[in-house]
Amino acid sequence: MNQIKTARFRENAHDALVDKQLQAVLGKFSDGFPVKRAQAIARMPEFDALRDAARDIKNHALENLGAYLEEFEAKVVASGGKVHWCRDAEEARQTVLSICRDADAKTVTKSKSMIGEEVGINDFLEDNGVEPIETDLGEYIIQLRKEPPSHIIAPAIHLSKQQVADTFRDNHRNRVSDRPLESPRVMLDEAREELRGKFLGADVGLTGANMLIAETGSIVLVTNEGNAELTCGLPRVHVAMASIEKIVPTLEDASTVLRVLARSATGQDMSVYTSFVTGPRRSEDLDGPEEFHVVLLDNGRTELLASELREILRCIRCGSCINHCPVYEAIGGHAYGWIYPGPMGAVLTPGLLGMEVANHHPNASTLCGRCETVCPMRIPLPSLLRKWRERQFTAGVTPVTSRYGLKVWAALARNPRWYRGLTTITSALLAKVAGKTGRLRRLPLAGGWTGSRDMPAPQSQTFMAQWRRRTAARKPGSRPGRS
Amino acid sequence: METSSTKPDAPNVALFVTCLVDVMRPSTGFAAVTLLEAAGCRVTVPDAQTCCGQPAYNAGDRKDARAIARLTIEAFDGFDYIVAPSGSCAGMIKMHYPEMFADDPEMKKKAEAVASRTWELTSFLVDVMEYTPTDVRFDRHVSYHDSCSGLRELGVKAQPRTLLANIDGVELTEGDSAEVCCGFGGLFCVKYPEISTAMVDKKIDDILATGANTVVAGDLGCLMNIAGRARRRGAPLDVWHVAEVAAGIADETGPIGGDAED
Repeated sequence: MNQIKTARFRENAHDALVDKQLQAVLGKFSDGFPVKRAQAIARMPEFDALRDAARDIKNHALENLGAYLEEFEAKVVASGGKVHWCRDAEEARQTVLSICRDADAKTVTKSKSMIGEEVGINDFLEDNGVEPIETDLGEYIIQLRKEPPSHIIAPAIHLSKQQVADTFRDNHRNRVSDRPLESPRVMLDEAREELRGKFLGADVGLTGANMLIAETGSIVLVTNEGNAELTCGLPRVHVAMASIEKIVPTLEDASTVLRVLARSATGQDMSVYTSFVTGPRRSEDLDGPEEFHVVLLDNGRTELLASELREILRCIRCGSCINHCPVYEAIGGHAYGWIYPGPMGAVLTPGLLGMEVANHHPNASTLCGRCETVCPMRIPLPSLLRKWRERQFTAGVTPVTSRYGLKVWAALARNPRWYRGLTTITSALLAKVAGKTGRLRRLPLAGGWTGSRDMPAPQSQTFMAQWRRRTAARKPGSRPGRS
Repeated sequence: METSSTKPDAPNVALFVTCLVDVMRPSTGFAAVTLLEAAGCRVTVPDAQTCCGQPAYNAGDRKDARAIARLTIEAFDGFDYIVAPSGSCAGMIKMHYPEMFADDPEMKKKAEAVASRTWELTSFLVDVMEYTPTDVRFDRHVSYHDSCSGLRELGVKAQPRTLLANIDGVELTEGDSAEVCCGFGGLFCVKYPEISTAMVDKKIDDILATGANTVVAGDLGCLMNIAGRARRRGAPLDVWHVAEVAAGIADETGPIGGDAED
């Protein structure tokens, strides 16, 4: 399993903020996906109506999740495949390993799968003598670097071209060491050459699935590189890993979701490759795998389904919320300490790992709401983050100092008379201390603020005190004028 | 000439001062009163107000948030309009109070009544009172910052710009990232100060890149954050609440946190 460093969120964020190389990459982040998305949406006036349709499809699927999953399984079986129901990450890992062992697999090619990341399938297979080979370029790069993904659709987005070139030089040892590797195209060609033989030699192909279609028992794969097609088409056995909420009822529904997916993700009208895979090779097929397995993962999702956080299960992993998140833009994906960063990750991660383990996730957000405005599935991400905060507060996960401070403040805010008394004294005092400068460089108990910011000082007396004096001096009912 | 105006005649407006304006920047409250009166409103400031309860609400302390909301709803019952010089606090009352009482039909009804009459100051002035400033001067190169709640919860975008467009001497230059969060986020800025600081630094850099020497916004939280960081960094940027600019008192009160030259 990918190492979980969620509890070190603050330290991770610090490391990210002082990492000049990373900051240089992040500095260009908002010029990429967000701009392309905006252009794609501008070309499509019906986009908001499509979002509504996509949301409704997913809501309907979630309301009838059990029935659609059973229909999906029946269709997979009818087309000659098998569905494996896995409650948690461990069951999913064991299932994949046992399929690999049955296939006598030495190597497994993999196309990008967040569920693969979620259950930590690569490390597990490697520990058990099966070599996993990532074939998505970004995943391939971070696999060479032994890093987790920093973004759900662009796993190596935290890296510069130079870092990728260095990684290739370090790992592709059979090549001339001073070869030119400046352009992405050259690096892409090199990765292709390295991977081609692996594709042909793999015993098992492991993919994710962007959607599962109940009416046909198909999985949908969306990529820009064509690697998923080689992964599921060349080896003798194809295993698709997917979480249960990926289900949609019909092909028509899948196409509606596809219309919002790539536009929201990369600003493409469609991804370069969209494949519908149904069952293993049929007798009349020229190619395709002999076995087709779907590993269906729950891993905490039925609990989310039954909770007030259900709406996060509409997520189609487009990454749009991440692409528009100012916190992500400041610290990148690794700071979040696991595999799902940004707003969707902040809602999902506590559900998968527990809100104690992911205690920072719901809180490390300004609730600015930009994510909700760009979510193609209209997931109310800020509200869901707030719901986690409520759970944390109720369960006592919120730090004692915060809880206590908040309780004292709330007791005052609930009593206007006390509140007035205290604010009158405090603001007069602070105004006096600040003098003419109008600001304070240090303030007791406010280090979080004054460590990096001056505190603008209160002007003098509170508004309420001044207002009361002003109205007392005025005849009742007369129109107030400017003093 | 016939007009299609639905402007209310001398409405009774209750000012929700907001806790930050009350304590930190009373001049913004007085600017709001000035503007509301100039727009033809009768202004009352209910005495029993404190804070909208957002700090508790966003920290997950629903019980206290509800208690504070109840107090506010009672204090602001019966006015034609409730107006706040903050998109964040107005958004809290308008969008979140009703949902907080989803399980209490009687309170929900009251919350909805108050919510339906609640407005952020600039949108109330422009959209309801059809007010624009006259004979106000502010000789500054200004960039506007859209505060998140006002923008996304209440759709406040054009209204403050309409006010600024009617003020003599204002040169307004919009940055690409006017809608990006400044990193304040209530308690976020003290819980995660490093991230917050990185965000506000980016905000300040983006504003300075427009060539502006002044940033104006409608929420004191954002403004204190931007001003506090600008002063610490020594950035050549002065910071004002849009109400003070529109009321013509900005030069008199001085920028939030003091002048850039200090």
